[in-house]
Amino acid sequence: MRFESYEVGDFFDEMFGENGQPRASARSLLTNIEKLPEGELLNRQRATESTLLQMGITFNVYGEHAGMEKIFPFDLVPRIVPAAEWSRIERGLKQRITALNHFIDDLYHDQKILRDGVLPAEIVLSSKAFRKQCIGFNPPRGIWCHVTGTDLVRHRDGQIYVLEDNLRCPSGVSYVLENRAVMKSMFPQVFAASKIRPVANYPSRLRDMLEFLAPDHVTCPRCVLLTPGIYNSAYFEHSFLAQQMGIELVEGRDLVVDDGYICMRTTKGFERVDVIYRRIDDDFLDPQSFRPDSMLGVPGLMEVYRNGNVALANAPGGGVADDKVVYAYVPRIVKYYLGEDIILPNVPTYICAEEDDLKYVLEHLDELVVKAANESGGYGMLVGPHSTQEQRTEFAEKVKANPRNYIGQPTLALSRVPTLVGDHFEGRHVDLRPYILYGKEIFVLPGGLTRVALKKGSLVVNSSQGGGSKDTWVLADAPVPEKDEPVPPSPLRPATIVA
Amino acid sequence: MLSRVADSIYWMSRYGERAENVARFIDVNLQLMLDAPSGEDQQWEPLVNTTGDSEAFNKRYGEATRQNVIHFLTFDAENPNSILSCVRSARENARTIREIISSEMWLQLNKFYLMVTAATENLSAKANPHEFFTEVKNANHLFNGIAGATMTHGEPWHFFQMARMLERADKTSRILDVKYFILLRSVQDVGTPLDDIQWAAVLRSASAFEMYRKRHGRISPKGVVEFVLLDREFPRAIHFCLLASRDSLHAISGTPVGTFRHAPEKLLGQLCSDLSFTSIDEVINSGLHEYLDNLQARMNQVAAGIYEAFFALKTPNSPKRMSQHQTQ
Repeated sequence: MRFESYEVGDFFDEMFGENGQPRASARSLLTNIEKLPEGELLNRQRATESTLLQMGITFNVYGEHAGMEKIFPFDLVPRIVPAAEWSRIERGLKQRITALNHFIDDLYHDQKILRDGVLPAEIVLSSKAFRKQCIGFNPPRGIWCHVTGTDLVRHRDGQIYVLEDNLRCPSGVSYVLENRAVMKSMFPQVFAASKIRPVANYPSRLRDMLEFLAPDHVTCPRCVLLTPGIYNSAYFEHSFLAQQMGIELVEGRDLVVDDGYICMRTTKGFERVDVIYRRIDDDFLDPQSFRPDSMLGVPGLMEVYRNGNVALANAPGGGVADDKVVYAYVPRIVKYYLGEDIILPNVPTYICAEEDDLKYVLEHLDELVVKAANESGGYGMLVGPHSTQEQRTEFAEKVKANPRNYIGQPTLALSRVPTLVGDHFEGRHVDLRPYILYGKEIFVLPGGLTRVALKKGSLVVNSSQGGGSKDTWVLADAPVPEKDEPVPPSPLRPATIVA
Repeated sequence: MLSRVADSIYWMSRYGERAENVARFIDVNLQLMLDAPSGEDQQWEPLVNTTGDSEAFNKRYGEATRQNVIHFLTFDAENPNSILSCVRSARENARTIREIISSEMWLQLNKFYLMVTAATENLSAKANPHEFFTEVKNANHLFNGIAGATMTHGEPWHFFQMARMLERADKTSRILDVKYFILLRSVQDVGTPLDDIQWAAVLRSASAFEMYRKRHGRISPKGVVEFVLLDREFPRAIHFCLLASRDSLHAISGTPVGTFRHAPEKLLGQLCSDLSFTSIDEVINSGLHEYLDNLQARMNQVAAGIYEAFFALKTPNSPKRMSQHQTQ
């Protein structure tokens, strides 16, 4: 199958330059794909899908078809990130996470940043994710955001922007690992010829990070992964990570508080647990501290946590820093705590809580993407250029009723990657979610989840909304990283794009 | 090992075995009906009686026709003991313990499930059910084989084995019972060539025909019952299954065989002793159906004991956990 008829279009293409020539990083892959016998790539694509289904690598669908399992569609053409570019992304992410961790710690202690007026106190303190239960608390080793999945996008201008910080329970890393395994079996010759940085050690890194959090007196810490259970959309990932790390996968009902410690029920009695990698939201963690109707959590967990007898990753309360309104202030947060300019810029953001911005957003609903502050998974958002007048009117009412809860951003022309559509390639929009672990040091997994909007022209990449994924190849032939050149905050104007 | 995990392994194993055995006793009836003299009534009601689900069946289907009964036991999603429901439950349990079982086991169970759901949608499986039942049997054989060959033979495996053997013992007793119910309808056939043919069909559905020939030669009702009930070496015989289940139970707790520390060890130990010291004449004289009925009740007590001893660990303030679907 060949790329002759492939259209780069009016977008940044990750594989081809503006002149239609393949980028240097993609040449080896392209040659290999074009060398395949006719129909072979399609066969491999089909074989992959049936493998995924048979292996039960699926997610659960909520809403209309509740209870159904679907495979997360996977496209064989990978996204390639050159070494130099990755090195800047990595430094940018480390900077961002370091600053956000300072920020969270400050919020639950002296709130200096609020007193210095860097961002309005009422915005932070009114965030749903600000947890009064955490005020004054010192988490083990001073870390709040242990696992982060930051969403990055590239605009038409070629610049990479941070779209969202996901500090609560970001999911998707299991697909990164599985996608890589599939690709290695499909294209061994490409892997042999290119220097692609491996991702397979993520589970070991994660386990090291968890063990690092254990109370000092514990020599051989027992870590567990706490899942809401089999009906959660990310259950496959929970189970997969537990298996890969070799730790126990537990549900809330497996854990009890016994004599000031967290214990799990086993066939031989109760056994103590030292570190919990929890994949349950704060709200459901402990019915005695948060939502009393939660059946998923462990009654009394927070008290054990506050007494330092168990560690939790991520720390409860950390979600305040990925509030989509707080997001708008991250460049200032970085400057405030680190005295540095931000390396990876934000997408310019209009904060509806501010009068001028609100006015602008309401007048430009047809061009902007408007998002609710505390939703994820592509829910609760309006993509202006793709909306109808009726949807906009309805959404405007919601925004006016609760401006604090909304932000607006220009609709980005997300970059594209060739994607198999029927029997040929077409460009499809992608984003990138790298994963960052904060333990003894900050580790950025070289790669991440490239999500692709499979519907023609669509910009929504979420799995729940018709998105798929691709493998992400970070190349290793790293020249010396260039000097840090912070990018000016927003060279970006509201764009009018979208096929 | 987590109690919940042990519970899930236990039920994954039982449901897989149950699916296989439901296929077996539908198959025995199919064979029996094929051998029935032409013009003879097709007997499908006994099958529903043996499963213990006759109330649910009568309410929703009414007449026990071949089609109704096969659908009820095979593809009926509302019947928790249909093959479809069993495989689905086995897979649901496996899904909660994917990090415990080997990935090969999961792969096979998932394929098993996809095969049965595909058959539900594909009507040809119903037109030729025999082939489908063979596939179900083979799928579970493969699953068991993979488990034995890929899973460490430690505590989780012993839960798997204990559950499988308990389930198989229960279902073998029901396969014997099918013949009893058919006898009820046609007492005049006892001792006729037809009777022999029917007993041979019972053996076949327990995959016991050839092994029986080697042990007893001639087909006789007494010989068949003795073989399927009391044989210590044939792996689908009730006695064999219960001994194997007992061994695994003791491997889990570490208690020496011949002694007991909790209720299931006591109950299962007593049951094994009774089978060891029972002669076939005593069984026949006490009435085969009554004997099997009693046996099934005692096996249910063992299962209830296992639940109490391993899965329902109590804390002062924890709510009681619900058991999964019990045997019939």
